[in-house]
Amino acid sequence: MIRETYLNALTLGLFVLIPAWALFADEPFTITLMTRAAIFAIAAIGLNIALGIGGLVSLGHAVFFGIGGYAMGILAYHAQTYTALAEWPVLIDGTKSMPIIWLVAVLVSSLAALVIGALSLRTAGVYFIMITLAFGQMFFFFTISWAEYGGEDGLSIYVRNGFPGLNTLAPIQFYGLCFVILCLVLLFTWRLSKSPFGLALNAARQAPVRVETVGLDPTRLKLVAFVISGAITGLAGALFADLNRFVSPTMFSWQTSGEIMIFLILGGVGRLYGPVVGALAFVALEHWLGGLSDYWHIYLGILLLLIVLFGRGGLIGLASGKEAVHD
Amino acid sequence: MSLLTTSNVTASYGASQALFGVDLSIGEGEVRALLGRNGMGKSTTVKCICRMLAANGTLTFNGTDLTRLPSHRAARLGLGLVPEGRRCFGNLTVHENLIAAARPGDWTFERVVEMFPRLGERRNQNASSLSGGEQQMLAIGRALMTNPRLLILDEATEGLAPIIRQEIWSVIRKLKAETGLSILVIDKSIRELRDVCDSATILERGKSVWDGTIHELTDDITTTYIGV
Repeated sequence: MIRETYLNALTLGLFVLIPAWALFADEPFTITLMTRAAIFAIAAIGLNIALGIGGLVSLGHAVFFGIGGYAMGILAYHAQTYTALAEWPVLIDGTKSMPIIWLVAVLVSSLAALVIGALSLRTAGVYFIMITLAFGQMFFFFTISWAEYGGEDGLSIYVRNGFPGLNTLAPIQFYGLCFVILCLVLLFTWRLSKSPFGLALNAARQAPVRVETVGLDPTRLKLVAFVISGAITGLAGALFADLNRFVSPTMFSWQTSGEIMIFLILGGVGRLYGPVVGALAFVALEHWLGGLSDYWHIYLGILLLLIVLFGRGGLIGLASGKEAVHD
Repeated sequence: MSLLTTSNVTASYGASQALFGVDLSIGEGEVRALLGRNGMGKSTTVKCICRMLAANGTLTFNGTDLTRLPSHRAARLGLGLVPEGRRCFGNLTVHENLIAAARPGDWTFERVVEMFPRLGERRNQNASSLSGGEQQMLAIGRALMTNPRLLILDEATEGLAPIIRQEIWSVIRKLKAETGLSILVIDKSIRELRDVCDSATILERGKSVWDGTIHELTDDITTTYIGV
């Protein structure tokens, strides 16, 4: 049994060592795989704040992932076609600058999370799951029929967006950028979970009535958590779109919401590094099992079943021998 | 002027009515006992005051009408509840339990630890792993961290070892002497209540039937209403 702290350090170590090896061995595809894992990890960290700390089972996080993706797609599309995004009341041009795209992705997905959260939090339990799923489907079908931005075919962006001082087309540089964001998001989440807000949110998941008697409004705590959660998943969406240089309605599909949740369950719900371990394991399985058979999801399904049945703390829980921290 | 006033409060659990008219008032700095046999409405009265149960009648705290406020808003006005059965946040540590509830004021983590040195020793231990007495201290500490104007102790010494009970009572005496906090105490131990309280209200079958200072509370009265 390995202590959880060492396990976390090991995970972060893999995120440094594997790309470093790939760089020297000239294996750019491995770097792309690791970029994919880092971005999935960021998306799942977002969900972990809502689901892991706040206990909000959202089956609609693809909404924020997709909004992030489309924020990148739409801004870059207008920049590459030299058309204005809006001419009235003020002229808004597209952009190829990552920091601006990220800012837009975070703001728009926060706003969406605020609206969706405010409506969904009127319900609880299975109704909450259903209403978040319904919002996801709404966005999915809307983008399918959004002919201006490619409809079902999506949007292709020919050149990856730029970041000041970096050549983002070099896989290792884009990976470095994603890895730094992953570390920052991890640091933020760690600080958040130990802050009075995070602790109160944790308590509100366990005992909403008791939280109220100390003067905290559980609905408000959960709404703020949902907004932060959506913002982080939105940022991951923008990065994912830039990795593929392509966005399509698939990013909004309920399968995407499900996959983000799978990363979390695989790694360990409510644990800081759960989403990171889960995303890395998922990408590895997708690569290896996907090479063995087109029907690799059946193996993933079996693994997931085993983890849910026998290791409720996810892979981290199994490896560190610690019981589930989550209820 | 009294800090908390309830007058003619009635409340029901579904179809069965539990309170039939409770009149209670607590002044600034007053320590009042709420007495009555089991099932007479003591905890229900507390639930009404803390807005965990819908109530009819008049409920005012520091001049604000409580009846339409949600529970968390009432708590923010300065109602600090130490609930029956302790109910700490089980998977948070002692320190985390306290800072999660903190609101600005004189009561800080350091001051709570000074009052309950055991909590300082158990600072990083999960609340669920504490003994009953320690959990009770944590529940009181958590309520104090919200910097309340009125502390409500619902059966704070129930089911604890005699030595721990004495510790809790000495804390209540200390709070009264040093802070001048208003306190509403629900407890079964008349002897200790006589020692610490200024006044008492007795409930019977959901109605307040007696109200007076602790000196007016004769043995005859307690025998009639409480049986001790």
